[in-house]
Amino acid sequence: MTTLAQSDPAAFTDYLARHEKKSLLRFLTCGSVDDGKSTLIGRLLYDTKLLFEDQLRSLERDSRKHGTVGDDIDFALLVDGLEAEREQGITIDVAYRFFATDRRKFIVADTPGHEQYTRNMATGASNSDLAVILVDARHGILTQTRRHSFIVSMLGIRHVVLAVNKIDLVGHSQEVFHRIVADYGAFAADFGFETQVAIPMSARFGDNVLDHGPNMPWYRGPTLVQHLETVTIGETDYDKPFRMPVQWVNRPDLDFRGFSGTIAAGVLRPGDPIVVAKSGRGSTVKSIVTFDGELDEAFAGEAVTVTLADEIDISRGDLLTSPTDRPEVADQFAAHLIWMADEPAMPGRPYLLKIGTKSVPGQITEIKYKIDVNTFGHLAAKKLVLNEVAKVNVALAEPIAFDPYAVDHDTGAFIVIDRLTNLTVGAGMIQFGLRRASNIHWQALDVTREARAMQKGQTPRVVWFTGLSGSGKSTIANIVEKKLEALGRHTFLLDGDNVRHGLNRDLGFTDADRVENIRRVGEVAKLMTDAGLIVLVSFISPFRAERQMARELAVPGEFVEVFVDTPIAECERRDVKGLYAKARSGRLKNFTGIDSPYEPPEAPEIRLDTMRVTAEEAAELIVQRILGEPSGPAI
Amino acid sequence: MLYSIGKDSSVMLHLAMKAFHPSKPPFPLLHVDTTWKFREMISFRDETAARLGLDLIVHTNREGLDQGVDPFTHGSSIYTNVMKTEALKQALTRYGFDAAFGGARRDEEKSRAKERVFSFRTATHAWDPKNQRPELWKLYNSRIRPGESIRVFPLSNWTELDIWQYILRENIPIVPLYFAAERPVVERGGQLIMVDDERFPFQAGESPEMREIRFRTLGCYPLTAAMESNARTLPEIVREMLLARTSERAGRLIDHDEAGSMEKKKKDGYF
Repeated sequence: MTTLAQSDPAAFTDYLARHEKKSLLRFLTCGSVDDGKSTLIGRLLYDTKLLFEDQLRSLERDSRKHGTVGDDIDFALLVDGLEAEREQGITIDVAYRFFATDRRKFIVADTPGHEQYTRNMATGASNSDLAVILVDARHGILTQTRRHSFIVSMLGIRHVVLAVNKIDLVGHSQEVFHRIVADYGAFAADFGFETQVAIPMSARFGDNVLDHGPNMPWYRGPTLVQHLETVTIGETDYDKPFRMPVQWVNRPDLDFRGFSGTIAAGVLRPGDPIVVAKSGRGSTVKSIVTFDGELDEAFAGEAVTVTLADEIDISRGDLLTSPTDRPEVADQFAAHLIWMADEPAMPGRPYLLKIGTKSVPGQITEIKYKIDVNTFGHLAAKKLVLNEVAKVNVALAEPIAFDPYAVDHDTGAFIVIDRLTNLTVGAGMIQFGLRRASNIHWQALDVTREARAMQKGQTPRVVWFTGLSGSGKSTIANIVEKKLEALGRHTFLLDGDNVRHGLNRDLGFTDADRVENIRRVGEVAKLMTDAGLIVLVSFISPFRAERQMARELAVPGEFVEVFVDTPIAECERRDVKGLYAKARSGRLKNFTGIDSPYEPPEAPEIRLDTMRVTAEEAAELIVQRILGEPSGPAI
Repeated sequence: MLYSIGKDSSVMLHLAMKAFHPSKPPFPLLHVDTTWKFREMISFRDETAARLGLDLIVHTNREGLDQGVDPFTHGSSIYTNVMKTEALKQALTRYGFDAAFGGARRDEEKSRAKERVFSFRTATHAWDPKNQRPELWKLYNSRIRPGESIRVFPLSNWTELDIWQYILRENIPIVPLYFAAERPVVERGGQLIMVDDERFPFQAGESPEMREIRFRTLGCYPLTAAMESNARTLPEIVREMLLARTSERAGRLIDHDEAGSMEKKKKDGYF
């Protein structure tokens, strides 16, 4: 830096030009509380002069207050930014740090290493090219080292550094270092890392971080910074076939229609043929438009607006691709999934998936197996809880274009969003498309659902009764059906208990089975409305998400949710089937309202307070509503 | 787009002009005016909006103004809360924006280092740092319920040096206060405060003196310390920055109110 101060303006301009051309390396550090991960990052910032005086002063102040290293500066406090982290001396969330050396710029994702933070590690790894895996020299390879390596590998990172830290605490021992390196090599061989470099270091004292230091003359390899500055990160995205997810259709006026997005892979030039992956429609590139003028070529990573020679149908979420090397298009695929929410993942439950710029409803159809992140063993599972990793099959409401994650992260990664809370609940990496989708085609039918409904002279409906056991659902549904029958309507009543004797007799009462139970009934109800019927469904259906799924299966406006709102005390008092007594005594497990939750509807079409209206009055109200003006589009 | 008139806002606005070209950015600029911004900032703001042909919404917390809340008599903490945080919340609620862009960077401050690019806010504009949505790859979850909102920080991964280099490379106009000039200042508690208008309450023995100063960061003039400098061109500024031994937020008096200061303000809704 002193050379910079003394340099003349021309030399300074050179310096800036060099800095601008420096490549960027994104890496993450993984390790647990005691491995010295935050200390290492603090050390990197300090040694590369990225710490300012005022930051150092406040660090000294914080070290005295919360520090764990006596009178020395506790570098960990520099990166643990959240109050809870400083108080508890742990890293909870991913933090991003920035530093540069003369040769490269770096973004470090500092991620927590405990098993309960697997999702945070995956988050940090998703945008990194390299991982620094810390190991405490005193303890050697631990379960967590295996876990970190596995997650890093699954997220597609091909370069790792095994940082054998706290080497000062084992007397800078060469033997210890070599034993740890050998242990690591033994199990990491299967992870497909392209480079794997082990470095003995002391983050606290700085040995082999930036400089070698005097303590380990036996080590002749690169220091951490030397390695980070020079490691070559494999093939670039330029070499891959062209991919660009359309982010926005750019229409400033009637004369201009362009498609804006960031090129995910490949190179684009005017005159190049392209196709829309999903529809297969093609055109040629007319121009590549930017604020700074039109381009002769544009590369992966550049944000551009493309105009085409032909008017073809393209909207946000479409993937523009090379016509010769196209992505897969399917509505079912196999993927690795990391679950990130407290609420478990259930097969059959509807979620929203976001891949590229496209969001599409979908569900996990099957959990093939769960992966134990510590032993890499495969386990059978009916659901996934927070931080669990699994191989799953996914089905979508419509086909999408994608590449396997191993080929292209931008077009092969997806996130899973809960449709009610809007939280990001999972992250997935597509392995391959499932061919089932392409072999089962919709059979076009000449007699339409409209024709069938018209023949019966009625608007099909799904009348969905939900409520606790003993709330009066079946009683009311039964009266409704009798009234409709008397009025000459064509109906069918699907009752929870009855369906469980036949179609759903293979299902129990776990949360996962309840989800599947409702999915099947929703599908049956839909078929029946296609046949023109008014379907009455009487199911406890405790979860909002599944009722929402049933609603979405139905034609808009045909679904009527009836909340039979009877307080649990009253249901228990009635206890027509003696089930509450059984549940209370522990002889019946997973009973809704007792040891399994009921989520009341937030906005049902009809809410019945059975403490105030009789079953007969309630039924009459529903009949009037069903036969009244259709609330949705009329048929 | 939250437009604070500073260098980061200028870069963010420039990026938006580029991103949507040949269309204009399909959103207005929102400036929360505390009435204590430097005069040169305000004129720069109006010129910029006019030059680019963008809608500019200026919002001031009228109640705060009527109560006479000012940074000198009420202290920086109360003042910031009323005239900045509350004012911002008022504006976001009034216009019902689903999302607001901000120019904050992760390298500025510790709690910012942990904030998402798409940062979720409840219907009361609160931020819960312990319960943030995971953010993987380039897949941003923008879904919210009515009343909730997202603050979007496109410059999250830029550093201060990146900002200056980009300004230099793209020739982006910035407020002249960033360049050194002779300006009237008072030295108070080791910080140089510029006397920008007649509202400046001098303490006994104080009088403005002319010094060659510039600003590394811009906010409300009573709360933004100047630095002595003779960097009058962009390359000189960048060079000076590279040699600096204090961080840019050292000149922001509000950051030092108490430990965890920024995290607290952000939980309350500060940008």
